[in-house]
Amino acid sequence: MGKREGLEVSLAVAEAVKLARADVIAAYPITPQTHIVEKLSEMVAEGELDAESITVESEHSALSACLGSAAAGARTFTATSGQGLELMHEVVYIASSMRLPIVMAEANRALSAPLSVWGDHSDVMAVRDTGWVQIFCESGQDAFDLTLWAFRAAEDKRVLFPVMVNLDGFHLTHVVEPIIIEDQAAVDAYLPPNDFPVPLDPRKPVNMGTFAPPHIYSEIKKSQEVAFQGTRPVLRELLDDFAKHFGRKYNFVETYKADDAETLILTMGSYSQTASVAVDELRAKGRKVGQVRIRLWRPFPFDELRAAVRNAKRLVILDRAIASGTSSPVATEVRSALYNEEKRSKIASIVAGLGGRDILPEQFVEIIERGEKIADEGQKEPFEMYGVRG
Amino acid sequence: MSNFSVYASRLAEKTEHFTPGHRACVGCAEALAVRLVAKALGDNVIMVNATGCMEIISSPYPDTSWDVPWIHTLFENTAAVAAGVESALKVLRRRGKVKDPRRIKVVAMGGDGATADIGFQALSGMLERGHDVLYICYDNEAYMNTGIQRSSATPFGASTTTSPAGEKSKGQQTWKKNMPAICAAHGIPYVATACPSYPFDLMAKVKKAVSIQGPCYLHVLSVCPTGWRSASDLAIRMGRQAIESGVFPLYEVENGEWKLSMDFEKLIPVADYMKGQGRFRHLTEQDIAGIQEHVTKEWHALRKKCGLE
Repeated sequence: MGKREGLEVSLAVAEAVKLARADVIAAYPITPQTHIVEKLSEMVAEGELDAESITVESEHSALSACLGSAAAGARTFTATSGQGLELMHEVVYIASSMRLPIVMAEANRALSAPLSVWGDHSDVMAVRDTGWVQIFCESGQDAFDLTLWAFRAAEDKRVLFPVMVNLDGFHLTHVVEPIIIEDQAAVDAYLPPNDFPVPLDPRKPVNMGTFAPPHIYSEIKKSQEVAFQGTRPVLRELLDDFAKHFGRKYNFVETYKADDAETLILTMGSYSQTASVAVDELRAKGRKVGQVRIRLWRPFPFDELRAAVRNAKRLVILDRAIASGTSSPVATEVRSALYNEEKRSKIASIVAGLGGRDILPEQFVEIIERGEKIADEGQKEPFEMYGVRG
Repeated sequence: MSNFSVYASRLAEKTEHFTPGHRACVGCAEALAVRLVAKALGDNVIMVNATGCMEIISSPYPDTSWDVPWIHTLFENTAAVAAGVESALKVLRRRGKVKDPRRIKVVAMGGDGATADIGFQALSGMLERGHDVLYICYDNEAYMNTGIQRSSATPFGASTTTSPAGEKSKGQQTWKKNMPAICAAHGIPYVATACPSYPFDLMAKVKKAVSIQGPCYLHVLSVCPTGWRSASDLAIRMGRQAIESGVFPLYEVENGEWKLSMDFEKLIPVADYMKGQGRFRHLTEQDIAGIQEHVTKEWHALRKKCGLE
């Protein structure tokens, strides 16, 4: 049985990596991810974790070293944030295209300029279509659990794609929460050793990363995409399996008081819990308001999302990122998912919580009420920013 | 000479690990260098290849010229990928997951662009962290794969597509970046220069590098008839002239000790080396005299480092 401890969420992620018996960790320090790699370095230095820690000179090299490590068959972890993820950008594609089961903790952070070390979802939105499984945490327990799950999912031979565990910078990474840390025996029973099918091995030579002329590139990309789209049932099964082992059930899409709701507030990440408080307040006033939270961002959970919002008249979508020159990222995705549905909710796209700005429960109440108005009137602009001066 | 080749073939391993059928240009000395290096490395190796000519000529999917484990990912990250492979092998062996008792050598390779320019940071990081990796730079003195653009390893005066000779330009206006010296400055156990025109020296250096624990750097001058605009049947001779003129001296730096592999009482004029190359055709006698002066100065500085002057 696990032990419930008060722990900083970053340290809980490090505990999960240790319990997963990661072989290689390659990461470059960047706020607000730093505590994760610092803790892992300490674990290696103290002999608590028998791993190779590669203290690379950049994030580009961090993920590149992960490519080599995963290709050689080692269980591989990295962590990054904001600018670090953007510096990795081209390597992010390589990891998924070469089907390398790397696990990344991504402390979501705003992008420069102006420089901001604080949280929002701009960084992950820039790599949303890179072929990584992308899952969002709402709490410290989520971060611990989903990091363990990420190794299991990435390394499953029916998946073999890298997994990015998103946790909001500061709002999650730096808070202390009561978290159940499972014991080693339970984790070992849950997570089998990594068995990468085609490692670089002189006894059985393979070539990886050959270039593709026009006659074959499309076929290779199609096979990658078919495989990626096909991971949904396996990921679902693996979340069920996690619940069997540890009793905590995670879903692609979570709902809260949504069954009879006329208005749904749709959120992703740690602000979801605050939004739930606002839902409670509005419910107390007799308003038919509920909540939908997207947990699995890629591959996008079309079926679950459609089912979750089916009966809602209005959908108020909170985005913590701007997609410059168009509507906001989550709203765009949801609109596209619902377009072919006969019965569609009216959508309000609202952007807030950029660069670490808090959204308080009473502000969520305002966002929901404003969103209802926008949805009923029909949104004229691509999105509306909430609570911004000027 | 024919007798010597009968003898020489016995000195080199017969097995080809970089196999025929690749798509290198006629007379490519770089492909020859890779072939010789592959022979010297044998089969207990994992190759990490940067984007560039050698990757492109050897790996059009679904074909490959490599019968050893080989991975290519990107242009500038090869040293980092190699560091990842090496770290993985280290921990997997420690945990009993790699059972083969033989030491598996991780070898990274890239051109001068991948090494001296875009991949410079990753290379420096890998060397500084002390990974057990042999990094080989195949230096053909420009970005040949993308069509002969200058790199920081392009020699002074060479005309390339981005340092073209013209009314107001004499071609490349900077001296070749000294990569072996920069790598040696990292304090790594072994740095050497080589050229496929001297195949046994090249293979001996590869074997020595493989026997050494820790990061090693080998810089191989690779004549590129296409990019140098020289005759494709003269690549071997041109490589020799580069060495005999002091333009590209062969030496080793072992544990900080500099040792000339091939000394000459008298160097041949750099003009002899340069005259067969279209990339230098625009240079005047005065220009060449300036280059000669630089090469002579560098040669004496190197001999001094080697304790010969």
